[in-house]
Amino acid sequence: MQTNKAIKSMHIMKKVTPYLFCCILIATTTSSCSTVKEYQKNKLNDAEMELSSRKVEKTELNFQSYREGASGANGGKTGGGCGCN
Amino acid sequence: MKKICLVVVGLYIQMLSAFSQSLPADSSHFHSRKLTFEEANLVSSYYHQNGDHSAVTGGIGTEDLTDIANVIDVKLTWYNKHDHKNNLDLEGGIDHYTSASSDKIDPSTISSASSRDTRIYPSAAWSVENDKNRTTIGVNASASEEFDYLSTGLGASFYKRSKDNNREFGIKGQIYLDKVSIILPIELRTGSSSGNREHNDYPTTPRNSFSTSLSLSQVINKNFQVMFLADLVYQQGFLGLPFHRVYFNNNSLKAESLPSKRFKIPLGIRSSYFAGDKIIIRSFYRFYKDDWGILSHLINLELTFKATPFFSVTPFYRFYTQTAATHFAPYKIHDPSDTYYTSNYDLSAFNSHFFGLGFRIAPPNGIFGNTHFNALELRYGHYLQTTDLNSDIISLNLKFK
Repeated sequence: MQTNKAIKSMHIMKKVTPYLFCCILIATTTSSCSTVKEYQKNKLNDAEMELSSRKVEKTELNFQSYREGASGANGGKTGGGCGCN
Repeated sequence: MKKICLVVVGLYIQMLSAFSQSLPADSSHFHSRKLTFEEANLVSSYYHQNGDHSAVTGGIGTEDLTDIANVIDVKLTWYNKHDHKNNLDLEGGIDHYTSASSDKIDPSTISSASSRDTRIYPSAAWSVENDKNRTTIGVNASASEEFDYLSTGLGASFYKRSKDNNREFGIKGQIYLDKVSIILPIELRTGSSSGNREHNDYPTTPRNSFSTSLSLSQVINKNFQVMFLADLVYQQGFLGLPFHRVYFNNNSLKAESLPSKRFKIPLGIRSSYFAGDKIIIRSFYRFYKDDWGILSHLINLELTFKATPFFSVTPFYRFYTQTAATHFAPYKIHDPSDTYYTSNYDLSAFNSHFFGLGFRIAPPNGIFGNTHFNALELRYGHYLQTTDLNSDIISLNLKFK
């Protein structure tokens, strides 16, 4: 009975750990930020500092989503369209 | 005397106010309501792949494929009567591909309709920015059509910025209602369904995708920013492709069969860091898990060297690894008693490496002295999979403002 409980809790831990990790990461990162004024953002506003994929990567992302089993979490498409040849 | 003095002072003040200019209304926030052209991007690419595990021929055979893609997007803006900025993004894409494996759907013909095809995909996105509330609300619609596949998409998004503009939270909902044409391999076609047919002659079956995307971007300091992304994706309907053959261990043949539901969870983190004055480090990590048994990790690193503020060189490297889907097995390994089966190597266990180099030129007086020709970006990448699939892609982005 005890062993079953331990296995169950191990399973739950395994499932929860990545999410917990993400939560801790978000909490620690956001809590250690400094306020940056608009006039201090010249580097952050550089075209190559964008937090999204580059326009030129658009077709690369397409072929990668066809040739690989995983997709998503990059601000792009997570379904729709095909090109599955 | 006192009265006279007061009257004189009063008159003087009145005269001053009469001749002085009245304070004009604050015009620093004036925005023209005219439709304004913001920018246009033209992305063209040439892609070529080769491999020996085509799903059309049951996990063996050539995967030779060439694809030429052209996408143009135009961004227009205007301000409405509430002084809210409206953004309209119009995009049109056209891909033309030739595929040796698709030609094997019906090898009895010299070249079947599927050996080459054209995909057309227009889309439109409209968003309204409210500076007072620091919110952006948007909607989008898209379509994609090729010979055997039709996709229509609808979506809505909401973004909220913090007071200091250093943090933004976003939520996006997206629905794709797709139709797959049932084009079986020639050996599996029965009587009336055999032979060459027109597009509308094939029966179709639905494939629907529903996704929610959450994002949180945060400025850490004046050189560093990060973004967290989480998607929840649910797909239902016909999730395989009818022309993918599966050969069983008793030499029998069927079309691929996969579950009619799939639930995916991708979680990602992006960061960009300006190191010193000339180097930008961009990274992306993604954890992915779905209920078909695929677990994957993706790491992408880019190092941009800014030779001048207007010219940069970017080498990049991407590593990807995935476990196999439960229902995958190679050629002639599946048992005929299996409920689900596929020999599509996109669902097998593999690692992949993608590396290359990009160049970007954005001179202040425009490319070739044309001030409207704002930037040019060229990028080449080589892709290697442990399944022996390899490919090359060269892309060009021209930006006009």
